[in-house]
Amino acid sequence: MAASHSTPGLLLTERQTTPVWHNENVRAFALFMLSLGLFLLFWEIGAKAGWFVKGVPTATETIKEFWWWVTNPFFDNGPNDLGIGWNLLISLRRVAIGYIAASLVAVPLGILIGISPVLYKAFNPYVQLLKPISPLAWLPLGLYLLRDSEKTGIFIIFISSIWPTLINTTFGVANVNQDYLDVSKTLGASRLRTIWKVIIPAALPNIVSGLRISMGIAWLVIVAAEMLLGTGLGYFIWNEWNNLSIPNILVAIFIIGLTGLLLDSLFAALEKFVAFGRNS
Amino acid sequence: MSTAPVNTVDPVDTRSQTAQLSIRNVAKVFPGKKDLFSKLTGKTRRDFVAIQDINLEIEPNTFVSIIGPSGCGKSTLLNMIAGLSPITGGEILLNGAPITGPGPDRGMVFQNYALMPWMTVEENLRFAVETVDPKISAKKRDRILKEHIQLVGLTGAERKHPHELSGGMRQRVGIARALAINPQMLLMDEPFGALDALTRGFLQDEIERIWEQQRKTVIMITHSIEEALLLSDRIVMMTRGPAARIDEILDVPFPRPRNRETIEQHPAYHALKAEMESHLFRETRAVEAARVGG
Repeated sequence: MAASHSTPGLLLTERQTTPVWHNENVRAFALFMLSLGLFLLFWEIGAKAGWFVKGVPTATETIKEFWWWVTNPFFDNGPNDLGIGWNLLISLRRVAIGYIAASLVAVPLGILIGISPVLYKAFNPYVQLLKPISPLAWLPLGLYLLRDSEKTGIFIIFISSIWPTLINTTFGVANVNQDYLDVSKTLGASRLRTIWKVIIPAALPNIVSGLRISMGIAWLVIVAAEMLLGTGLGYFIWNEWNNLSIPNILVAIFIIGLTGLLLDSLFAALEKFVAFGRNS
Repeated sequence: MSTAPVNTVDPVDTRSQTAQLSIRNVAKVFPGKKDLFSKLTGKTRRDFVAIQDINLEIEPNTFVSIIGPSGCGKSTLLNMIAGLSPITGGEILLNGAPITGPGPDRGMVFQNYALMPWMTVEENLRFAVETVDPKISAKKRDRILKEHIQLVGLTGAERKHPHELSGGMRQRVGIARALAINPQMLLMDEPFGALDALTRGFLQDEIERIWEQQRKTVIMITHSIEEALLLSDRIVMMTRGPAARIDEILDVPFPRPRNRETIEQHPAYHALKAEMESHLFRETRAVEAARVGG
């Protein structure tokens, strides 16, 4: 609120006293555009002059290819020739199912573990042991247990995105400001009311941070997992590698980055929404 | 440390039949570590006696300030009255019944406000009111909320969140929340300690005004001599810790309603102030000396 109504005033005074290129944002944007231009130019010239290995596409080729894929996102000519939109939706669906299931387990379990020091001590060894395992290490086990590539993909997302949420929720719940708990105690609030009205809202910034990290990990993992499964963006990259279509790989990489960025900004906004002036 | 220091207040004499709150021979000992494991690792720690032999009778409708050097256990004493900290010796009686835990008969105002940041001003109060009386009717509840927001002069800020308020306004919410549950007694732990001098002055005047309206029993911890003199009927001066005790209890005779200009004209003002200053100066110097020596 404050920022939005201070900006016009700021611009007005700036316009009168200092030139526009003194503004930090304007300069940052100019530098961004300049570096991007230089990079694309270097790429274009390098690819044309053969500075890189054989077969590297030029920047213009890649951009044209990108434009073709994003303007024709939904076509289906069988599993090896599927529009990027379909592949994106397939990946997002897997992430959504695995991630939501993981969150539904991690948040309540984290609250429970955070509240009880005994549970915390009892479950901490599991968490510490399972947390550092690379998600892909679960892949063979998943395939063996579930006998289905689709379910295995979701299982991998589930198992890898559960830990950050669980750990952050536990931390948030176990470290609620003592003052809030004292207020609740002096009012004679029941344990359940304290948990529901004080502990969970107080821990919400930590919980959302955990969800944000988990989402980032889920999005990292799905691409890797799909290379070994059937469809999705990861499989698209693998398929284009088999076709030796480097521009299409670059297109997919860019789309994966963009989607990750969007998902992360969604959670960043949510974090801000639950912070209420706290800076976590 | 085993011999109790002679208390200037004799507990038997001062025991009152009309007292609302009776603090009798209260002590707080933080237990040390003396178990076998600690002995083996050389990490034993002796028991720490924070306060000892505290005797205090508080009559209904009085404003009592507790003043003493830093770390003398004032807050510990207040937390024991609030029921947030277990009593390790003696007993505290509220209306003749010993205090065993926290309860809504004592409203607490915290030094750092302790407002829930995710609740608006009104929601902070509503949480308190509904916790104490879950079956309250919406009409009665809203009337209580409105009255108390008005009482502390926050009408118009009901839907603001604490981070949108200044420190002084936040503490007004803290006071309104403590009063909204209609407690028998208000406990304030350095309520203005985190505020700048000017805001502090405003809020002290507000407390004086509110106190004149409600005349609830108040126990306030403070560091400020002027604040204690402006607001209190009685001022309890504590010695330095460890094993802090009550050194002296001063009666403040100024007529009410008070304001800071008129009380300075009162013949007793400067004598009281000088006495408190010399007490605090002596105790604080001893604390400093002990710290340098130790």
